[in-house]
Amino acid sequence: MCGIAGIIQSDRHPVNQAELQSMIDTLNHRGPDASGVTTRGSVGFAHSRLSIVDLAGGVQPMQSADGMLSITFNGEIYNHIELRAQLTSKGYQFQTHSDTEVILYMYAEYGPECVQQFNGQWAFAIHDQRQKQVFLSRDRMGIRPLVYTQTPSRFIFASEIKALFTLPDVERKTDLTALNQLFTFWSPLPPRTFFDNVLELPPAHSMIVKNGQLKIWQYWNLDYSPNEENRSLDDWADELRALLINATQLRLRADVPVGAYLSGGLDSSVTAAIIRNYTNAPLNTFSVVFNDQEYDESRYQQEMIQELGTEHQAVCCSYEDIGRVFPKMIQHTEKPVLRTAPAPMYLLSQLVHDNQFKVVMTGEGADEILGGYDLFKETKIRRFWSRQPDSKIRPLLLKRLYPYMKNLQAQSPAYLKAFFNIRPEELNNPFFSHLPRWELTSKLKTFFSDDVKQQLVNHNPLSEFSDQLPEQFSQWPSFCQAQYLETVNLMPGYILSSQGDRMAMGNSVEGRFPFLDYRVVEFAARIPIRFKMNGLNEKYLLKYAMRDLIPESIRKRPKQPYRAPEAHSFIDTKKQKARFEYVNQQLSPDKLKESGLFNPTAVQRLVKKIAEGRAIGTRDNMALVGILSTQLLVEQMINKQPVAAGNNDPGLAALLA
Amino acid sequence: MSSIQSEVRDFVADNFLFGEDPESLNNNDSFLETGIIDSTGVLELVAFIEEKYSVEVDDDELVPENLDSIDQLINFIESKLKELA
Repeated sequence: MCGIAGIIQSDRHPVNQAELQSMIDTLNHRGPDASGVTTRGSVGFAHSRLSIVDLAGGVQPMQSADGMLSITFNGEIYNHIELRAQLTSKGYQFQTHSDTEVILYMYAEYGPECVQQFNGQWAFAIHDQRQKQVFLSRDRMGIRPLVYTQTPSRFIFASEIKALFTLPDVERKTDLTALNQLFTFWSPLPPRTFFDNVLELPPAHSMIVKNGQLKIWQYWNLDYSPNEENRSLDDWADELRALLINATQLRLRADVPVGAYLSGGLDSSVTAAIIRNYTNAPLNTFSVVFNDQEYDESRYQQEMIQELGTEHQAVCCSYEDIGRVFPKMIQHTEKPVLRTAPAPMYLLSQLVHDNQFKVVMTGEGADEILGGYDLFKETKIRRFWSRQPDSKIRPLLLKRLYPYMKNLQAQSPAYLKAFFNIRPEELNNPFFSHLPRWELTSKLKTFFSDDVKQQLVNHNPLSEFSDQLPEQFSQWPSFCQAQYLETVNLMPGYILSSQGDRMAMGNSVEGRFPFLDYRVVEFAARIPIRFKMNGLNEKYLLKYAMRDLIPESIRKRPKQPYRAPEAHSFIDTKKQKARFEYVNQQLSPDKLKESGLFNPTAVQRLVKKIAEGRAIGTRDNMALVGILSTQLLVEQMINKQPVAAGNNDPGLAALLA
Repeated sequence: MSSIQSEVRDFVADNFLFGEDPESLNNNDSFLETGIIDSTGVLELVAFIEEKYSVEVDDDELVPENLDSIDQLINFIESKLKELA
């Protein structure tokens, strides 16, 4: 795992090595073990390396033996051994044992379509001197990041936006369309990022830069059409299990020890159990535990630890810890967040790093591909209810769905009905499953400044998303549509990025995701819906396929979404004041006016409500986290001002006055 | 404006309206239809009524007919206060 950067001068000027060096220096956290810069005329690549495979031989940027191809690569190609054998049989000779060299010759042999044969997670650029072009590609699910921008004289790319911002001709400006999308979907729609004119290469896309022109195309897509109904449950379970075991084994290919996250939930329990039972690798596991019992899952973590007999470490996370790492965390996410959940993941990767591990296996992706999320159940219940809209009983299923939401539990049927009310015109809306979440999130826009509201008046994020849906979408069953939306939107935009790659790489740790092996993903898309969600039993096939490896207490426990304390991490309701000076500062009317994005009076009301302990709902908590993270991002990345989590400090009085 | 009316309006403005102009809310606007209240908001309203007016709200009173507009809230609070009197 590593950081990459590059400059392609469209004006044919030679690339300035010092500029490349300044770019790659900002990505040191992604690859602290070594760094390299190479230039060839108007093309220059840089690389910072976290050595994992072929510690001695895998130095980058790397060139082909004939010197005509060079590459800078972040990621892993897990099937590099098989691909190497394939290339060797065609006469290719290798100088190293690294997967990087395999990519080079796969490209030499197959051209841009070589990525179809890759099983892994990647973001890379290859300079092809014969074709006078640069080929860039990003993995199917969007695990590894790749951002770029264009100025009149050049094309610039990197793993993270901060590297682009080291160059004087790259403007630092907020993209309001992206802001509007983020305050709807939790993440801008690709290719937008939070910053104007800074784009990402979307997941499953490749790109060629030639003569200053960009050609971008999608090389892979999800398809839920072929739903094979005639296979038995056992048949499906056997194949899922075999695939997951193989996907896990492939992901243990590393020349350094591999650890595993253990959340206490089903998915990470499955990956850890496979490592224990189907590999010879030593098993070191890592967990977050919370002071606040509402979020803590250590009871279930302990059960798995005992079941598997792992070497285990845990980091305990308090409100203060979340508030303390938050400014740093935002430097890494490079986009606003509406939840604090990435912060504990940052503390967790620090724990992994402190224990000298560079690689961790996690259960990410299982909920999306195998049907785990509550949102899928909610969709099912709302569909079921919509067939008998006057039913008094059907909406009560919603209470069963969210046992951990106290506020919902207290609601009368009349209100439940009002809140989850399904308007008849929504039944055929492609976003049926996601409308409640997106409408709730959109409520946060009430905090936008009048100026921002005015500029966004004709924007419609839902129709922008609608334009991106594939043609087949309308043919898929409702359940699969919901799965698709989660898999292309929230997963790459938030789960794998803000909560995933950025938090892990912030401490030089690489995440690996057996559930996101493309063979598992393609297989899962074909599983009949009733085997994904049996009644309201989520991830049914996974539980069934792994029933001998996972204790019943884990398989049968109610699903708990991973969450972390929100507003209380920043504002102490007991003392009625901010825990950190930066919170006061960033939410002060002056700072809010300076960024111009939020309405100071509205924010003041919110802060007062939170300080007085009256903000108990999701909306208010999300609003605070969203506003604060946006302010921190503007301060750190646009105003270039460092923000430190100073001491707890009085001063909220000024805000409350 | 009655004191209950102004108290209720202030509470709604401070806790639910945030960036919206409080004047834009009419006394008979539905909280649900205008989208200014969510499932938590209902409980916040109930907590406000119970604390401010020292009354108890029963579960079966947790219905939109009692709580869904400024006018409905005023009526509800007044009727609860009468019960106490």
